Amino acid sequence: MNLTLKVWRQKNAKETGSFATYQVRDISPDMSFLEMMDVLNEQLISQGTESVVFDHDCREGICGMCSMFINGEAHGPDRGVTTCQLHMRKFKDGDTITVEPWRAKAFPVVRDLMVDRSSFDRIIQAGGFISVNTMGNLPDANATPIEKHDADAAFDAATCIGCGACVATCKNASAMLFVSAKVSQFALLPQGQVEAADRVRNMVNQMDLEGFGNCTNTGACEVECPKGISIENIARMNREYLKASLIS
Amino acid sequence: MTLKRGLFGSSLARKYWMALTGLFLISFLVIHLVGNLTIVIGTADDFNAYAAFMTSFPPIKIISYLLYASILLHAVDGIVLARQNRAARPVGYGEYRGSANAGWASRNMALLGIFTLLFLLVHMKSFWFEMHFGSLPLDANGNKDLFGITVAAFEQVWYSAFYVVAMVSLGFHLWHGVESAFQTMGWTHPTYTPVVQIAGRTLAVVLCGAFAMIPLYVLISPNI
Repeated sequence: MNLTLKVWRQKNAKETGSFATYQVRDISPDMSFLEMMDVLNEQLISQGTESVVFDHDCREGICGMCSMFINGEAHGPDRGVTTCQLHMRKFKDGDTITVEPWRAKAFPVVRDLMVDRSSFDRIIQAGGFISVNTMGNLPDANATPIEKHDADAAFDAATCIGCGACVATCKNASAMLFVSAKVSQFALLPQGQVEAADRVRNMVNQMDLEGFGNCTNTGACEVECPKGISIENIARMNREYLKASLIS
Repeated sequence: MTLKRGLFGSSLARKYWMALTGLFLISFLVIHLVGNLTIVIGTADDFNAYAAFMTSFPPIKIISYLLYASILLHAVDGIVLARQNRAARPVGYGEYRGSANAGWASRNMALLGIFTLLFLLVHMKSFWFEMHFGSLPLDANGNKDLFGITVAAFEQVWYSAFYVVAMVSLGFHLWHGVESAFQTMGWTHPTYTPVVQIAGRTLAVVLCGAFAMIPLYVLISPNI
């Protein structure tokens, strides 16, 4: 396949960036999108120009690093995948593909397609944990009975890889799906109950401080989430926060 | 401090107020529509009697102040939220396919809301202001003849057209608004949420369709 790429180039957070247009040739439909970007970078290096900076790590859909907004959608046109799991067979020969970084005030561009998502880390630091010393004599995992439904829902919430596609795709750049998944994975389990009220208050507080937008319940986040995390988690966080505000 | 932030300061608190005021305003729309239907199925005197009742019955008067407060809160809160949302993405996308993953109404709630607010201002000037502060002639029962100015307004095609467009806009606002309010309040359930969605959308179509039908009825009815 021969493709035209419109790639966002930006030197750092302070400078304004712009699109640069590149041609890539003989791309295999079996390549992942990142492998295609590797081909582009090899080409740029051989031409003596600077390669495109983008985040990537595991290349198997679990690290959540490969944040690319492709043709107007987070992680491109495929569903339930990260950029590394997106294959070039989803595109046609001769296509023009637009590649941009996640765009949100809380995700400043570091360079080109790489953004700083440490705002997510600060939200986790605000409450996304249980204050229990897990070293030493741990009780047996099966000693605390947990209803199957709750265990599954908590696990589903915990599959969030913190990639930021929810923020990127949300028209308001809201982090509600991410934060609610992290709140839910604890709220559904007995170990999370002790600090439940403080957790949701502190995490929502940090989310607001970071400058994310508000939730309009469009549902775009759950469609674009590579892990298929449901907006039912957002409803749960809304309940948890209201409960924490009113009665604790 | 916690309670204050939890109920007034945070992003979630702002959304709770949007949801609660929005749902309350729907109850007003239902009552308003019941009154308006007297134009179609009743007489001019019925409509005027209804209007007189709504402006004089003490409990209704008390609720009307709650209503004005709700409209104001819903509008101001909505504008604050929309401004925050814009600020959350200072540099926009070169290409953004919003339709790929979300409905049109849900993506345009602020726009639809602002249009509804503009309509409301015109609408209140036309009828509410005249009813409360204007000098309207009296009908046979001694009630202010609101029916007369209503028909006069609707017989102007441009006014009726504006009214119908505003109702379509409100319909889209409610299409998303009802289910969104339930989601914001956390009132979700595997069985009942789909019911709320269908009921909300049905309500939006029926309510706004019925409102929009009335000026059209006035325009084409030979009896009025």
